[in-house]
Formats: sequence, structure tokens, C-alpha cells
Amino acid sequence: MSGPLSSLVRREIAIARRIGGGGSMGVVFLLVLVTIVPFAIGPDLNLLRRIGPAILWIASLLAMLLGLDRLFQADWEDGSLDQLQLGATPLEAVVFVKCLAHWATTALPLVVAAPLMGLLMAQEPESMLGIGVSLLVGSPAMTFIGAVGAAATVSLRRGGLLMALLVLPLCIPALIFGVSAANAAAGGTVPFLTPLAVLAALTLASGALCPFAAAALLRRLGE
Amino acid sequence: MLRYANPSFVLRFVKPAIPICAGLTAILLAVGLYLVFFVAPADYQQGETVRIMYIHVPAAWLGMFAYMVMSSAALGTLVWRHPVADAAQKSAAPLGAMFTFVCLVTGSLWGKPMWGTYWVWDARLTSMLVLLLIYLALIALWQTIEEPQRAAKAAAVMTLVGLVNIPIIKFSVDWWNTLHQPASVFTTSGPAIYSSMLWPLLIMAVGATFLFLTLHMMSIRNEILRRRLDRLTHLAVAAGEARGTASFEPAR
Repeated sequence: MSGPLSSLVRREIAIARRIGGGGSMGVVFLLVLVTIVPFAIGPDLNLLRRIGPAILWIASLLAMLLGLDRLFQADWEDGSLDQLQLGATPLEAVVFVKCLAHWATTALPLVVAAPLMGLLMAQEPESMLGIGVSLLVGSPAMTFIGAVGAAATVSLRRGGLLMALLVLPLCIPALIFGVSAANAAAGGTVPFLTPLAVLAALTLASGALCPFAAAALLRRLGE
Repeated sequence: MLRYANPSFVLRFVKPAIPICAGLTAILLAVGLYLVFFVAPADYQQGETVRIMYIHVPAAWLGMFAYMVMSSAALGTLVWRHPVADAAQKSAAPLGAMFTFVCLVTGSLWGKPMWGTYWVWDARLTSMLVLLLIYLALIALWQTIEEPQRAAKAAAVMTLVGLVNIPIIKFSVDWWNTLHQPASVFTTSGPAIYSSMLWPLLIMAVGATFLFLTLHMMSIRNEILRRRLDRLTHLAVAAGEARGTASFEPAR
């Protein structure tokens, strides 16, 4: 475990831990979102039980967007992105590893926390499990797609909103299949594995393609 | 092909091409609208509201056609680094957004009497709405990144990412819900539309395509001229600074 990519993983995780905020702040944001929903729609537990998986998925998607605009920006500003480009390791692999590290530090806490917040949404245990599994399978897709948006807006000082505009429409497929997998776990006519398999396909395809798009952007914007 | 990468050649090319295309647009749309309003029959079920279709369907086609034009221009930007491809890309986005918007508006005007509501979350409507969102995000990207070359590269990659995503979005939205009627012009067993309705539709579609081409060429020309003006302004300012009298007036 001493190759350039594993040291990059260690560096990313160390930075995320020392700066703080990323993972725990996302979980707090998720909690705030989940809390304000009943204030808007009323404390009807039957309604909350029905829309709970959808609310938790949307809240997790938004929480994942929070830190995403900094994925490449900090490295761009202090010049370490140039150093990473000059190295022998392909930039695509660097992007892939940065995405994985970012997912582990920001999305993984959400994957753990979101099912527990199902308690606030009157979810049954099977449904909470479904939310957890579908988020675990689907959230990497959102990180990879988000990385393309983060790379496109890397040179902008306040690119966060623009990044959300670019990324959210592209996340619709993951959202559709994630929510339907979570709903299927709570009971229904659709078998749980069908949407989950499509969701897994989305994650694998975006993991295979998005690093190339993001690396192309970083290379060309750096010229 | 590479001649089209030369902005001066493109300016010379579009100078006669714009009036020709504009004339064709006017003729085709005049004939098409005449057929639509006075010749084409009302539908036995939908009545007069079927005439909305003659605007709606070409707008939908052009909304998607513009994305294809934009994607090929994006390839031009990334592979050959044409400055004209940048301009073509930038110009296609607002036009595509406009046609998509017209498609959505005419669709909901038709939906109110037919389906009883302006909007339903049906698969085809939703895909077009997502297409509009992608167009709007790309326009926002163009407006936010100030340096044109950099904006062109960012928009090109995002356009191609969107191109890969559009079929996936279409598929997932289809899976999610379906109410809209299936395609009825391009089917394997020939058009399922009676010819007295098909001809006006095709003429309107060709007219709308020429409208797009005319507007696209005009917009490309404006973009090339705008860049030249920018460069001349920079040169004039630099020359003024060299003389010690900085001037910010545009060059003539």
C-alpha cells in the first residue's frame, strides 16, 4: 500500500478529516431537511410512511452536492492539481480515486444515517434496509456524475449553484431507480432486485465513463 | 470540411446563405400554415385542437435536432478546436431551448382540452422538460465562464455527457411512467397518420428546420463578429496603454 494512488487516498481522507465538516455536516444537513419536511406537509404518519423513501433519497442527493464543488477546487487553487497532472499516474485514475475518497468521506456517512432517519418518517425495518441498500448502491453514481460538474466549474469562484444546475438533471435516472428500489423494499408489485440491478448498472457505467469526462475537463480547462 | 473552421470563410458563406434560408423558411412556413389552417381536416376525435400538433411536433423534433447539432459542434471544439465550432455550439443552445420550450407550451395548451390538465407527469413530457433543464444549465455555463475558449471546452464536455445521458434519462422516465401516445410518424409499418394531415406536418417540419438553420447561421455570424470586436477592443486598449492613454472605447 504505497503506490501513488493509495497515498492519494490517504491524503484525501486526511484532508477531509482535518478540515472537518464534510461528512458530519452532510448528516446534519440531511437531518435538517428531514425535519423541515413534516412542517411543510403536516405530521400525517401514513403520508410520511409513503413518501419517506423519496424524501430521504432527495435529501441525500442534495446533501451530497454540498461539498462536491470543492472536490477539485482546493487542489486547483493551491496548484496540487497541476502536480497531479504532471505525474505518471493517468489523470483519469486520479479522478476516480478522488471520487472514491470523496464518496467514502461524505456519502458513506449519509448512507449510514439516512436509514436511521427513516424512524422519523415512520418507516418499517424492511423499508429502512431498502433505503440503506439502495443508497449504498446508487450514491457512487451521483458522486461520479457530480465529479463531471465539479470539473466543469472548477475555475469558477462560486460554481456551486451552477454545478447543481448541471448535475441534478443528470442524476434523475439514479433517483428514479433508487427510489423505486427503496419503495419496492417496503412492499409493492415491483421486485426489489430489478430497480436495484439497474441502479448498480448506472453506478458502474458512470464510474467507468465519468472519470474520463472529468479528466478531459480538468486538462482542457487547465491549459 | 476544414474550410469551415475559418471564421472569414464562414462569414463569406453565411452572407448569401442567410437570405436564401430565410426566404425558404418564409415560403415553407406560409404554405405550411395555409395547409394547416385551411386545408388539413379537423380530427374526428380531437376536433380543431389537432392543429396545435403542426407546431408542437416540429418544435419537438427541432428541440432534439438542435441538441444533435450542438453535440457535433462540441466534437468539433474538442477534436479540431475550431473557433467556429465554439460559436456553433454556443448558438445552438438558446435555439434548442426555445424549440423545446415551444414544444412544452403547445403540448400543455393541447393537453388542457384533451387530457383536462395543462401538465401531467408523463414520460415524454418529462423527458422534454429534462432536456429543457439541460439546455438551460448549458446556457448558464456559457454565461458564467467569462473566457470564451474555456467556456467552449467546458460546455462541449457537458454537452457530450448530456448526449450520453439523454437516452438513459428517456429510458428511466419511460420505466417510471407512460401515458403519452407512442410515436406515429416514424414506425416500421409506415406513417399512422392520414396523408392530408401528414403533408402539412412534413412541410411545417421542413420549414421549422430552415428557421433553425437561418437563426443558427445568424447567431454564429454574430458570435464571430462579437469575438472580433472583443479582440479589437483588447488591442485598442493595449495600444492606448502603451501610449499612456488608456482608452476603453470599442474599436470601429
